[in-house]
Amino acid sequence: MNEPKPHAKSDPGILRYDAFSRINHWLIAISFVMLVLSGLPLFHPFFWSLTGLFGGPTMTRILHPYIGLFMSLFFVIMAIRFFKVSLIKRHDIQWLKQIKDVLSNHDERLPPVGKNNAGQKLVYWIMVLCVPLLLVTGLLIWQPYFADAIPITLRRLAAFGHAYVAFLAIITLIIHIYSGIWVKGSFTAMIRGRVSKPWAKHHHDLWYEEEMEKERKKREKSKRQHQIMTGEKSQ
Amino acid sequence: MRGDQINLQNIVKRSATQVPSPQERDGGVETVTKLIDVSRCIGCKACQVACSEWNDLRDEVGECVGEYDNPTDLTPNTWQVMRFNEHENEQGNLEWLIRKDNCMHCAEPGCLAACPAPGAIVQYANGIVDFNSEHCIGCGYCVTGCPFDVPRISKKDSKAYKCTLCSDRVSHGLEPACVKSCPTGSIMFGTKEDMLDLAETRTDFLKGRGYENAGIYDPQGVGGTHVIYVLQHADKPEIYNGLPKDPRISPLVEGWKGIPKPLASVAIGLAAFAGFFHYLTAGPKETPEEEEEVRTDEERDQESEEKRP
Repeated sequence: MNEPKPHAKSDPGILRYDAFSRINHWLIAISFVMLVLSGLPLFHPFFWSLTGLFGGPTMTRILHPYIGLFMSLFFVIMAIRFFKVSLIKRHDIQWLKQIKDVLSNHDERLPPVGKNNAGQKLVYWIMVLCVPLLLVTGLLIWQPYFADAIPITLRRLAAFGHAYVAFLAIITLIIHIYSGIWVKGSFTAMIRGRVSKPWAKHHHDLWYEEEMEKERKKREKSKRQHQIMTGEKSQ
Repeated sequence: MRGDQINLQNIVKRSATQVPSPQERDGGVETVTKLIDVSRCIGCKACQVACSEWNDLRDEVGECVGEYDNPTDLTPNTWQVMRFNEHENEQGNLEWLIRKDNCMHCAEPGCLAACPAPGAIVQYANGIVDFNSEHCIGCGYCVTGCPFDVPRISKKDSKAYKCTLCSDRVSHGLEPACVKSCPTGSIMFGTKEDMLDLAETRTDFLKGRGYENAGIYDPQGVGGTHVIYVLQHADKPEIYNGLPKDPRISPLVEGWKGIPKPLASVAIGLAAFAGFFHYLTAGPKETPEEEEEVRTDEERDQESEEKRP
């Protein structure tokens, strides 16, 4: 989690995640981790002692669904906002085919990718699948609110599904967190929102080019405006 | 619980517990069984009253819905209920089948398998399955685990309740309250061996009276039960208000509570370790520092100016 090195021209870098995205992401991240910690004890007694973090076993059972509702709400917002950048493109397939190069840090062999790489997009799509499933199955077994009204087979199916989908989501979360530790600069990007230009070019070249294009157009526009302004003055 | 606490060494099975419960005190402990002879029941509900009386349960007085079942279902405050069924037999005669519905005290209890709270559901050496409200968290998993739809979650305290087989009375050498109160001898109590023997005699008697399919209901899918029935029509237990023919713990519960969960727990741990060891071997993706990789703004401007005519 090294800070991106300051650049010669005190380059502010590129804005990767605006404040809204960052707050949104971290609200989800914190509640997700709380859900894992409060859900695991109900998953297997190995993790029973985690109920101590939530004020005891019964409190854990009471709190878990509310944290779930909270997270689902913010997840919907993020899922909508991140939808476009998460669509899987042709170069993402190529990137995935070269997953060995990704893992062995041979980044120079990888195709250039957009704002998100295929791994990030997969996290997005797996969570888009998991969170609604967890929400629905969770509601079906929620004591004391809905469970009593649900037919027993559906309740069994929901309890079964909730456990397995949660497993998938937890594995995805672990990979996601590790990626943040592994790819230096990405954690800082989600904390402070900005990345250095070399970082952007190295990891997300297509996005970098896009951003540069935007910047160039903006500069040209202001240059032209400036010319017009100064031209008028000289008359 | 009335009476003293049961000897803790008699707890031979415990929910959500990986390590063995006490197994040594097995000398001479015979499992107990309640035998309900449906053919002798007159539906007087003395057992229901005795159950409420002994267990300090006072359910709300409901309304008559045009049938004898009262209350119409088990509740946190009603641990047993008489189910009245009007059955038309082959001869076109009416048979009034009255089944006392309560916890079956399975040898392999689905509730205990499904329960996530360590020690909230226990099984004693004598076979009784008991809920320990002290550890119950009110999640309702026991309800999904039970093949007989017995546990009920209280709206008052979010604890699960069901028939205890009067474990407090039994541990003091008394029969359950319902057995004590039955005026026709329809409910009997003793060792499993004795009760099966008695049930056999009753079945033979019923067969002699023309009930060819009379038999004992002691479903093996749940390892046998510590509440068994003598049924006039043991070939069709469903006619006794949906008594399941071959009850077993739902595969959905087995698939969710059995081997998969410890495996999944290990997988979660391994995933975390995999990350750690990947970091040790492959190392991080360092922040690139090569300045030359990045064309500076000025260079880009120059380029684009050169391109322009």
